[in-house]
Amino acid sequence: MNTEIDFAGIKMKNPVTVASGTFGYGREFAEFYDLSKLGAVITKGTSLKPRNGNRPSRVCETPAGMLNSIGLQNPGVEYFAQNDLPFLRKFDTKIIVNACGNTIEDYVELCRILNNLEIDAVELNLSCPNVCAGCMAFGTTYEGVKEVTSAVRKVLDKPLIVKLTPNVTDITLTAKGAEDAGADGISAINTLLGMKIDIEKRKPVLANNTGGLSGPAIKPVAVRMVYQIAKAVKIPVMGLGGIVNGDDAVEFMLAGAKAVSIGAGNFIDPYVAPKTIEGIEDYLERHNINDVNDIIGKVEMN
Amino acid sequence: MPKMQLQAKLVNIEQLKNDIFKFSVEAKEIVKISKPGQFIEIRVTDQVEPFLRRPISIYNMDKENGILEFIFQVKGKGTEILSKKQVGDLVDIIGPLGYGTFDYSKYQNLAIIGGGIGIFPLYELAKEAKNNNKNVNTYLGFRNKEFVVLEKEFEEVSDELCLATDDGSYGKNGFAINFLKEDIEKGKIDSIYACGPLPMLRAVKDLAVQNNIPCQVSLEERMGCGIGVCLGCSVKVAKSPIDNPQYVGVCKAGPVFDATYVDF
Ligand SMILES: Cc1cc2nc3c(=O)[nH]c(=O)nc-3n(C[C@H](O)[C@H](O)[C@H](O)COP(=O)(O)OP(=O)(O)OC[C@H]3O[C@@H](n4cnc5c(N)ncnc54)[C@H](O)[C@@H]3O)c2cc1C
Ligand SMILES: Cc1cc2nc3c(=O)[nH]c(=O)nc-3n(C[C@H](O)[C@H](O)[C@H](O)COP(=O)(O)O)c2cc1C
Ligand code: FES
Repeated sequence: MNTEIDFAGIKMKNPVTVASGTFGYGREFAEFYDLSKLGAVITKGTSLKPRNGNRPSRVCETPAGMLNSIGLQNPGVEYFAQNDLPFLRKFDTKIIVNACGNTIEDYVELCRILNNLEIDAVELNLSCPNVCAGCMAFGTTYEGVKEVTSAVRKVLDKPLIVKLTPNVTDITLTAKGAEDAGADGISAINTLLGMKIDIEKRKPVLANNTGGLSGPAIKPVAVRMVYQIAKAVKIPVMGLGGIVNGDDAVEFMLAGAKAVSIGAGNFIDPYVAPKTIEGIEDYLERHNINDVNDIIGKVEMN
Repeated sequence: MPKMQLQAKLVNIEQLKNDIFKFSVEAKEIVKISKPGQFIEIRVTDQVEPFLRRPISIYNMDKENGILEFIFQVKGKGTEILSKKQVGDLVDIIGPLGYGTFDYSKYQNLAIIGGGIGIFPLYELAKEAKNNNKNVNTYLGFRNKEFVVLEKEFEEVSDELCLATDDGSYGKNGFAINFLKEDIEKGKIDSIYACGPLPMLRAVKDLAVQNNIPCQVSLEERMGCGIGVCLGCSVKVAKSPIDNPQYVGVCKAGPVFDATYVDF
């Protein structure tokens, strides 16, 4: 059975990756299993300079999911290159760095540095809802996405994936912005903007008031958007949003995703990613399919 | 320090109050390496609702028999589901969690102070410290008689136990911290270890600072992962600048902190 895929020029042993911000830089999960099992590790959102993140409380549970407003706390790209990258390189898996910034200059400078590191690809985070001055502005229009992606494309020779926010009216427009600017792939979706109110205190639970919703609660929205994007662009799509098992992953692949990513699911079961790989294999076996590539986009619409 | 996930067999349930349960589970691998102050994360269902794991402190470790005990109060839907488990059921736990643990090694005359359901992580500390021949002075505060739990258990692991209720309906009359203060003034205490409601923790910290006594506190914060990856459980580092506040994770640097290191 073949589970290998070529996603945007990244040759992955299977289509399963772990999503940015839910896996740190891999160290904690390496205590549970060999990261070489994964198709790729996508790092925590990393910026040019260290960021301290938002005030607590930063997370809260919601029906079948959670809200977060971490605010992209990270040690910065220099620290990553010196301390975390050498660790990740020990594993036989692909390394995709999730890159975020406040300005186009930030993104370009960051990607210039990333271009010289031993990583396999960059995922541009144009979509984090938790940083006011930043990504959202670029991520919500065709022009905005195209502008940042084009600027980064000029300095980045490695595969470039653009991660899209679902907080838009028509996600195919931003997807096309990425494609037209020369992106090699798209990942979708980032979190949906949400809010939870503590009715006793009459205050939002998150100090930031609003935050990004993730987990199984958002899966139907994500599947729909992945389907729409896959129909609208020629570059491959990485699907994510609420995946907690192989069946969920297969659903995204049928909708048109070539690869999948697991986010908040890592929090409830540290072994969710390897189990998802097995789950996909089970599905292929049950359906007598020899190559995982044969299920991509194979949904038959009513 | 390695952490692991176990399907731990529930071997005993004790209902301490209407809404407070003590669970004993088989978790040999975890108790072998756990330290006082650490916690576990419990998944109460194999479904996706309620979604997140629940952080619960380790109450007692029976290292010989590989039994881990924890005590929880039913608060919302997660602990409600947990409370319905039966002896023989499996409990999905990850542990031991938290690198910040109680460290009393340099001291001899310990004050261990807890309030309400914050007393649970203090038992293993008191037990271990007493086994290490420390002088253990324990101060437990409860709202009133109805809320008092674990008196006998703490008595056995303390050289002196001071149990107080806010209204005097049981034990001494008043806040536990008042009695700690008296003992500090008598020069009986050289270090303080606290867990409980925030107002109590803040008062204990102030008392410790005034008297120049080292003090550790165990903190709670909402958690996403409990294992240090989501950066959700942050508390502010006290000395970091107001316009550029820095944060550390309760699940990683904590849950036990030097009281002056973080803002709470
Ligand atoms: C390090 C640590 C150790 C703890 N030890 C104990 C213990 O030994 N015994 C005990 O009874 N309780 C303990 N708690 C508190 C316990 O985690 C909460 O009471 C519990 O999560 C409530 O879950 P629920 O489903 O009943 O409530 P819900 O209201 O349904 O919970 C909703 C969400 O809020 C979170 N939450 C609610 N209250 C708290 C809280 N106080 N701290 C952190 N998250 C919270 C839940 O985990 C969940 O994600 C501890 C908390 C922390 C952080
Ligand atoms: C705690 C947390 C932190 C996240 N941080 C990032 C980030 O730094 N960069 C990013 O592009 N997405 C980030 N995300 C979004 C996830 O990568 C993912 O797109 C989203 O959670 C949906 O997937 P899920 O439902 O599987 O979690 C974060 C999500 C969570 C829950
Ligand atoms: S709860 Fe995720 S880092 Fe502490």
